[in-house]
Amino acid sequence: MPLRSFKLVFARDLRIAFRRVSEWGNPLLFFIAVSGMFPLALSPDRLMMAAGEGELYGLQSLGIGVLWMAALLSALMGLDRLFLSDVEDGSMEQLVLSPAPLLSVVYGKLAAHWLVSALPLIFLVPILGIVYQLPAPALAMIAFAVFLATPTLTVLVAIGAALTVNIRSAAAVIGLIVLPLCSPILIFGARATVLALDGDAAAGPLYLLTSLAFLAVSLGPIAIAAAVRVGLE
Amino acid sequence: MKLPRWFHRFGSPPYVYNLADAIAPWLGWAALVGIAVGAYWGLFVAPPDFRQGEVYRIIYIHPQTAYVGMMAYTLMAVSAGIGFIWRIKLAHAVAVSAAPIGASFTFCALVTGAIWGRPTWGTYWEWGDPRLMFELLLLFLFLGYLALRAAFDDRDKADRVSAVLAVVGVVNVPIIHYSVEWWNTLHQDPTVSNLSEAPSMDTSMLLPFLIMVLGFTLLFYWLLLRRLQAEIIDRERGTRWLQSLANEGAG
Amino acid sequence: MSPTEATLEITDVALTRGERALVAGLSFSVGPGQLALVTGPNGSGKTTLLRTIAGLAAPESGEIRYGGRPIAALEPEERGQLAYQGHFDGLKKDLTVEENLLFISKLRNSSDSVSKIMHGVGLSAFRDRAVRHLSAGQKRRAALAGLRLSGSRLWLLDEPLTNLDSAGRELVASWIGEHLDAAGTAVIATHLAAGLERPGSMLVEL
Repeated sequence: MPLRSFKLVFARDLRIAFRRVSEWGNPLLFFIAVSGMFPLALSPDRLMMAAGEGELYGLQSLGIGVLWMAALLSALMGLDRLFLSDVEDGSMEQLVLSPAPLLSVVYGKLAAHWLVSALPLIFLVPILGIVYQLPAPALAMIAFAVFLATPTLTVLVAIGAALTVNIRSAAAVIGLIVLPLCSPILIFGARATVLALDGDAAAGPLYLLTSLAFLAVSLGPIAIAAAVRVGLE
Repeated sequence: MKLPRWFHRFGSPPYVYNLADAIAPWLGWAALVGIAVGAYWGLFVAPPDFRQGEVYRIIYIHPQTAYVGMMAYTLMAVSAGIGFIWRIKLAHAVAVSAAPIGASFTFCALVTGAIWGRPTWGTYWEWGDPRLMFELLLLFLFLGYLALRAAFDDRDKADRVSAVLAVVGVVNVPIIHYSVEWWNTLHQDPTVSNLSEAPSMDTSMLLPFLIMVLGFTLLFYWLLLRRLQAEIIDRERGTRWLQSLANEGAG
Repeated sequence: MSPTEATLEITDVALTRGERALVAGLSFSVGPGQLALVTGPNGSGKTTLLRTIAGLAAPESGEIRYGGRPIAALEPEERGQLAYQGHFDGLKKDLTVEENLLFISKLRNSSDSVSKIMHGVGLSAFRDRAVRHLSAGQKRRAALAGLRLSGSRLWLLDEPLTNLDSAGRELVASWIGEHLDAAGTAVIATHLAAGLERPGSMLVEL
C-alpha cells in the first residue's frame, strides 16, 4: 500500500505539472534571468584587477556564488505552493483521510516536484556557468553538486511550504525560515565547485552533500507530514 | 508515552504562574549580584591579557551572550517539542517566552563580537569568522520562528506549527555549526586570534568569566519567568483565577 | 469490523475555534443504518464537529470512537471506512473528471466502476473535461461521485446540497437513503434539514 500510494500521488502531481508548465517553468526562467543578469552589476575591469595578472579567477569565483544562490532562490520560488494548492482545493484533506499513509503521499509529492523543478536546474546551471567563464571541470562539478544538493533543498523548502499553508503571504516567511537551514548546502556545494575550478579533488564536500541528502530525505518528510496535519486542523 | 503524574502540575497555569512569581525575585537579585561582581572583577581587577591587552575583556560579555542564545534556542525547541507531542499549552508558552530573549542575546553576541573585531581584525565584520557567521544564522533561526508565529491569528495553530519549525531547527543547528566551522578552515589566517578558541585562562581571569556565565544564565531565567508570567496572563484572559488575582492586587 | 460494531460514539465532547468555545458536553451515537443531522446557525461549530469526527482536528476534551476505537488510533485500512466531504470538492482543477475519479478509486481501492458512477451523476458527457471548466454544481456532483467511490461505511457530509439543483439534491438524498439501507452510517451537517430528513433520523442541534 505505501508504494502504491506513492506511485499514485507521484503520477498525479507529474500529470498536473505537465498541464501547468508555468508553475515550474517560471522559477527556472527566474534562475536564468538572475544568474544571466548578475554580470551587469559587476565591473569586470575591477574583478580582473583584484585577481591580478588579468586572470578570470575573480569573475569565476564570484560566478560560483551567484549560481548557487540563484539556484537556491529559484527552488524557494518553485516550491512555495507545493502543499498550498492541495490544501486550497480540499484534496489534501482527502489524502490525509484516505487509507494511504501520509508519509508516502509526501514522498510522492516530493519526488514529482524534484523531477520537474530540480532536474532541469541540473542542466541549466552549467549552461549559465559559461557566462562566468567557468572551465569544463568546474561546469561538470557544479552540475553534479547541484544534483546532490537538490534533494536536501527540495525537502527544506517543502518543510517551509508545509509550515506556511495557512499564511496569506507565505513566500517571504518561507524564505526567512528556510534560508538559514540551507547554509550547509551553500557552503559544501560552492566549495566543491571551487575545488574543481582549482583542479583539486572535491570528494570531501561531495560526501558531505550526499550525507545531508540522505539525512534530509529520511527525516524531513516526517516533519513535513506533521506540519501538513497541523495545517489542516 | 505517559508523563509522570507530578509533571501534570506544570500543565496548570495558576500553579506555574505562582511558582514563577515565587522564584523570579531570587533569580533576578542573584543575576544582578553575579553580573555586578563578575563585571567589576573582570573589567577592573583581572589583569590584562599579555597578547590582546585590554581588548580581551570582551570575554566577560561576548561568550556569555552567545552561550545564552544557544541555550535559549535549545530550551525553546525542547519545550515546543514537549508541547507538540503531549499537547501541553504551557510548554508552548515557555517556548514563545524564550524566543525573543534568545534572539536578543544572540543579537548582543553579534554586536559584541563585531566591537571586539574592530581593534583585533581592523574590521567590524571579519566575514571569515565562523563564530559571527553562526551567530548571524542563529539570529535568523530565531527571527524565522518569530515571523512564522506572527503570521498566524490563531494562537493554538501558531503554537503547533512553530513547534515543528523549532524541532527542525534544533536538528539543523549542529549541522549548521559544523559546516560554518568547516567553511572557516579555508580562509583563516593563523596569525589572527580567534574568539572561539578559549585561551588557557589564568584563575584570576577564569573566575570572573565563570561568574559572568552564571550571572547571564540567571538573568536569562529571570527574564524567561517574567515573560512566561506575562504570556500566561495573556493566554488566560478572562479566567476566574486571574480575575481574583487581579482583585487581590487592586485591594 | 462487523457492521454491528461500526457505531460512532461521541462522548462529552467540547470544541473550540481559536480561543472561543463552540460546543461543550456533546454526546450522541449513531449506528449502522442511522443518520444524524447536525443543525445550527452559522458559526455554531457544525464544520468543526465534522472535521473533528473525521480526525482532522482533536477535540478540546471528550472522546470520539468509531467501532470502539478512538478515531485517532484507527489503522489506515480502518480509516478507509470513513469518508468526509467538506466545503471543498477535493478535486484537482487541472485533471479531468475521469482522472480525478480514477485517482480516488485507486487511492481507496474501490471496486466500483468509475464510468458507471460518472453516468449516475450525469457527468458522462464531461468525463474528459478539466474540472476547472465545470460549473459549481457539476463540481459538487463530481465530488459526491468520489464519495460514492470510496465505499466507506461512515459518511461525514458538510452541507452536501450546496450548489446543487433540485435534481442533484434528489440524487444525493436517494444516495444517502441507499447508503443507510445498506447498513451505512451518516452524519450530515446542514442548516437546511429539509430534504434530507428520514424517518428515524436523529437531530443534533448545536
